[in-house]
Amino acid sequence: MSQPTQLPSFLSRLSLAFGAFFKTLGDAQYAARIRDDQVGPIAAPAPTPTPAPAAAPAPAPAPAPAPAPLRIATPDAALQLLGLLQREARLIDFANENITVYADADIGAAARLVHEGCARVLREHFTIAPVRGELEGARVTLAEGFDAASVRLTGNVVGKAPFTGTLSHRGWKATDVRLPQLAEQHDARIIAPAEVEL
Amino acid sequence: MNDITNTDARYAIGIDLGTTHSALSYVDLQASDGEKADQGVLPVPQLSSPGTVEALPLLPSFLYLPHPDEMAPGELALPWSNGQPAPVVGEMARLRGAGTPIRLVSSAKSWLSHPSVDRRAAILPQDAPAEVERVSPLTASTRYLEHIRQAWNAAHPEAPFDQQAVTVTIPASFDPAARELTAEAARNAGYHNPTLLEEPQAALYSWIEGSGGGWRKQVKAGDIVLVVDVGGGTSDFSLIAILEREGKLEPHRVAVGDHILLGGDNMDLALAHLVARKLQANGTQLDAWQMRALTYACRGAKEHLLADANATTWPIVVPSRGSKLIGGSIRTELTREEVTAFITDGFFPRVEASARPATRTRAGLTQVGLPYAQDAAITRHLAAFLGRQAGATAELEGFSGNVNPEHTFLHPSAVLFNGGVFKSDILARRMLDTINDWLYMEGAPAARMLEGADLDLAVARGAAYYGYARRGGGVRIRGGTARSYYVGVESSMPAIPGMEPPITALCVAPFGMEEGSELELPGQEFGLVVGEPVVFRFFGSSTRRQDRIGDVLEFWGPDELQELNEIQADLPAEGRTPGDVVQVKLHALVLETGTLELAAVSREGQRWKVEFDVRSAPNAQ
Repeated sequence: MSQPTQLPSFLSRLSLAFGAFFKTLGDAQYAARIRDDQVGPIAAPAPTPTPAPAAAPAPAPAPAPAPAPLRIATPDAALQLLGLLQREARLIDFANENITVYADADIGAAARLVHEGCARVLREHFTIAPVRGELEGARVTLAEGFDAASVRLTGNVVGKAPFTGTLSHRGWKATDVRLPQLAEQHDARIIAPAEVEL
Repeated sequence: MNDITNTDARYAIGIDLGTTHSALSYVDLQASDGEKADQGVLPVPQLSSPGTVEALPLLPSFLYLPHPDEMAPGELALPWSNGQPAPVVGEMARLRGAGTPIRLVSSAKSWLSHPSVDRRAAILPQDAPAEVERVSPLTASTRYLEHIRQAWNAAHPEAPFDQQAVTVTIPASFDPAARELTAEAARNAGYHNPTLLEEPQAALYSWIEGSGGGWRKQVKAGDIVLVVDVGGGTSDFSLIAILEREGKLEPHRVAVGDHILLGGDNMDLALAHLVARKLQANGTQLDAWQMRALTYACRGAKEHLLADANATTWPIVVPSRGSKLIGGSIRTELTREEVTAFITDGFFPRVEASARPATRTRAGLTQVGLPYAQDAAITRHLAAFLGRQAGATAELEGFSGNVNPEHTFLHPSAVLFNGGVFKSDILARRMLDTINDWLYMEGAPAARMLEGADLDLAVARGAAYYGYARRGGGVRIRGGTARSYYVGVESSMPAIPGMEPPITALCVAPFGMEEGSELELPGQEFGLVVGEPVVFRFFGSSTRRQDRIGDVLEFWGPDELQELNEIQADLPAEGRTPGDVVQVKLHALVLETGTLELAAVSREGQRWKVEFDVRSAPNAQ
């Protein structure tokens, strides 16, 4: 999984490029990361050349490991999910509203809509199951070689496996994702179109 | 008779072509054996918003006719349309149509069975402005069926749709013309030899299948099962008697009800108007958009309140239309008393068995819309149905002893509910209690509820199972046609000035004709004039079981015969001299597809189909 499974489209590359440009300009730390990560543009001649696609024999000593490139999450799926949450749950309207001026009863009424809609989106587009089947508060034992990605150890983390502790959260795992398919020209950045009544 | 079933079919496909939703279910014939059918439901890919395709278990039966500037062409493509715009059918049509009703075709199925309009004419949407290119009820139904066929082919390229055994469901109350139109829509949609099946029968098939053989323990010989199917837009009743033949239980459908345009959508609308009136009393006026949102919210509130007997109120929030969600939303609530008064007592009142639906005389100039039921009480419609069918089992073997002339209605011994409305236990219970009150008053044992029905998908599943059962894989419901049919013949009486000659009704197709059977009208010959269409008045009866073909009725009770659309025999002039008279006999045949066909057969054996007129209103109206 060292390669992004889906390469960004031209449009999303364009938006990525603009985003990166302005962020590099405005954020020195980000700019430093870009300079040093050997993926982005290199400001100064680097001491070691970037790994060429054709795996050219590197003059540098062999043990220097090539930095694992991070996957770039495709914005399309994220935008699509935002679109669904807005359509079904009005989530963006809700989050963008200044709630300090309203009474709790009014916010509660709107929250019902949001809750119902979010639940519907989760139900229809994901199958979500707890990571651990035990009840929260139960004692659990983690054998050696447990999956550290699906169980997070906290507190007095010393010694070695098997670890025994109390389950404080069961965790959630998406066992199935069913996002709608998109047409080729569909612009997912339009999360909700403007509405004009004629 | 040709064998119309595809012998090399891999799947039996059942399609529920509903008023508000359609669905496809299938049985893998190779993986099924005996009463164990290997069954699935096909998720139907459809546009859920522009450029977004989602596979959903149900396909909303809506067609949207977009303005050319409304959506980019690429946004209307479906997986099988090669990037080309496809007709907007399904979820997006429903959602878009809620905002733009003048471009939305809905309830095409109800229009398809509307006797007073031309069902091949482009009349939908009914209130569309002139620039919208309308479609006919037939075309709209064709679009839905076509979409489902394409969805199947996209999911199962190895088993093309037209090589499978396909069953399409229809309401039991459809008259021969509406059945024929449904079959025609299916053929136009590229279906080869579709079979038609009545929805209440499909529901029973699904229940039989779901019981995994256990149905034989839940019903016994002598049982009469009442199927109550209340869908989104229609209510449909059927009676199915359980016979024992050669040691095997055999269900026989003995009666079907009238076409009642009354369903769950009417209930949501009734509640929405109630809540809107409440809001109006407090000075809040809702616009059309908010009214639709309110109807949607009322449906949710109704489902919650009717599912949980302890809930006393359920909040209703009508979201604002603009992006200010909290500031612009309207909040109110629905109480248990309101739901009880409007739904439980409004649509399912406890009435006497002798109650009958109220009918108003329609105003002289009625707008041509759908003939919605005038009485909202489903229990009253049911009482009328059972009362009319009191003698339905008199002729059935093993039942004649049970028929008591003192019974004022037919006594069912078991009830099967179908349709989303009965997800509410409270409503199913109310319906059952009402029936049991009627039975108690006549000293009959209480009817029981058949458990374990799948209320949303039962019809599609049952239709697929039927396709499988037809191949000898499972139990089959018998019964044949649920009506007898008559043509009107002028009686030979001296003419009286100012009076129309009275007509007699000649039975041309008796009750209970089985599929694949053909009957010839004995004795009577008609002279048809070549090149001149001859029109007959046409009647149907759901109660006259004893009439045989060729019987002539001089008079009949007011409710016994219903006039249907006329039928028309037209002899083309090919190879003949126009004006010649050809003597023909009438034949009635029930095709394997389940449609009734009338044919004129000349002495030399030439046949012409007698067409059901679907273009004009019956004389009586």
